[in-house]
Amino acid sequence: MGNTVIKTVPQQALNKEEVTNTTLKQVHYEQISESEEFKHLVKRKRNFLVPFSIFFLVFYFTLPILTSYTTILNKAAVGGISWAWVFAFAQFIMTWVLCTVYVKKANKFDQMSDEIIENLEQGDQRL
Amino acid sequence: MSAVAITFFVVIVGITLFITFWAAKRTKTASEFYTAGGGLTGWQNGLAIAGDYLSAASFLGIAGAVALNGFDGFFFSLGYLVAYLVVLYIVAEPLRNLGKYTLADMISARFNEKKIRAVAALSTLTIVIFYMIAQLVGAGALIQLLLGMDYKIAVLFVGVMMTIYVLFGGMTATSWVQIVKAVLLMIGTVIISVLVLAKFNFNIFTMFDQMKTATPLGENYLNPGVKYKNPLDTLSMTLALVLGTAGLPHILMRFFTVKDAKTARSSVVTATWVIGIFYILTIFLGFGAAAFVGSTDIIKANAAGNMAAPLLAGVLGGEFLMSFVSAVAFATILAVVAGLVLSGASAFAHDIYGQIIKKGKATEKQQMLAARYASISVAILSILLALFAQKMNVAFLVSLAFCIAASANLPVIIFTIYWRKFNTTGAITGMLSGLLTALVLVAISPNVISPEPGAAIFVGDPLFSLTNPALVSVPVGFIGAYLGTVLSRNRDEKKFAEVTVKANTGLK
Repeated sequence: MGNTVIKTVPQQALNKEEVTNTTLKQVHYEQISESEEFKHLVKRKRNFLVPFSIFFLVFYFTLPILTSYTTILNKAAVGGISWAWVFAFAQFIMTWVLCTVYVKKANKFDQMSDEIIENLEQGDQRL
Repeated sequence: MSAVAITFFVVIVGITLFITFWAAKRTKTASEFYTAGGGLTGWQNGLAIAGDYLSAASFLGIAGAVALNGFDGFFFSLGYLVAYLVVLYIVAEPLRNLGKYTLADMISARFNEKKIRAVAALSTLTIVIFYMIAQLVGAGALIQLLLGMDYKIAVLFVGVMMTIYVLFGGMTATSWVQIVKAVLLMIGTVIISVLVLAKFNFNIFTMFDQMKTATPLGENYLNPGVKYKNPLDTLSMTLALVLGTAGLPHILMRFFTVKDAKTARSSVVTATWVIGIFYILTIFLGFGAAAFVGSTDIIKANAAGNMAAPLLAGVLGGEFLMSFVSAVAFATILAVVAGLVLSGASAFAHDIYGQIIKKGKATEKQQMLAARYASISVAILSILLALFAQKMNVAFLVSLAFCIAASANLPVIIFTIYWRKFNTTGAITGMLSGLLTALVLVAISPNVISPEPGAAIFVGDPLFSLTNPALVSVPVGFIGAYLGTVLSRNRDEKKFAEVTVKANTGLK
């Protein structure tokens, strides 16, 4: 139940955003992009996306590099299953785990960007 | 062809036509035609992405590749899946926030110049045509094998069906055909996998142990290196696989069918689960076919191994299961080609006609008319090309499409969203250099020029040794975009502010 309550908040914010679309169009994008909250959001996103993207690409390419240049993955790992297969299965696990981790993170980013939009709307009303 | 098989095929065609009939009533505007009005939910779009992505190349091709090459065949499954992290982390949400119908829309959100739109449309059309020929040639060969229909008639039949879906039902029909197909494909694959596992007493270790003696390759079957012996070739191919998806027009287009970035995100998550489970199951399809059909019979039916899955279904479940799996393979082809027609048509009608020729001032009626003419044109062009390409090796056409997507589209997508100094010239040089490098390198590769007579179009020594040029062409795409930007020195940072704000917050 707790979850659903949290989910409805940004939903309302979104609808509100659509209603005030015309006023928002007059907003200077530059002004938002210079604001501290927005810079903070972009920085938080970058600090997450860059290292994680590098990680999964490195993890992914390690397998073909190892299988192309060495035979160490041909050794048996569990029963008759070799390390090459274990590494291959690990790629699936990695993909699903990083998918889930991203969604958790992205929900936080959504909240931050909703706050930015809300602040903006209030600023507009004051004008 | 048996009565059971005919029944399954008629039912599949019937369902898709019913969907089209139902969708036609909801396809009145250009937005409904291209993006189903943006009204798909996360799980619907996720299944549709899976349906769009798991082409005949995936279902029949990977099953066959694993059956014949063991571990090396599985490389495709890995690359095609990990690619979704690139889509999820880097592309999906900004794309949804910036674009309308096409990739060109998204790039034009920052650089509103006709030249860029034209180049983006060109790259889209090139990818779509290559991908489409591969699918149609594969479809023709498959239907010929399954139903004994003549190749030309088979291609025409698939071509007419896809045109009907798109022409009358637009994106709504296409999406639902993809959703239905994704569900059927998963059911078929799970059934086969369980039957294969049952043969091994539901013990994965027994399966791996027995596979060591089940094929002519012996223990090597389970080790890497059966097919991919050249390390650079392996790396080049795996690079194209992992980066290509995030630049494929028909996949990118799917992100415009949902209402916001959050839904785009949840649809990638659904797609990643479905696609991941499917690719894990390709092991059972491949191993099962290798063990119970045998490589001799697989190769006898089709040299590339494309018949492995249907043959396995026949061995395990008799004619009934084989007919079901064949019908699912047919549905798979229909769903993918319909998505391709739609993305090709959007580049023609929306980008070239609507935005460049009519300067965005086309009426709703003109837009719809253009979209329908464009769909027919794309369909006819690809049918004609497919009729002439019957003898071509289709696997390389698909990997080429992935390579162009990774070389021409992805660098520009990434720089448009994330690089402040990126400019108009960089966008054009990036796309053109990636596109041309990929095309030229393939034209002089072993796919086109081979010393073995009959193995490729020309006989001779290839000038470029890699079968997939991604290892060279992807860096060229990035460097081209970088150099174009740095050397031309025109700046447009004001637009960058707008683009980052839109991409990150979804503000319109």
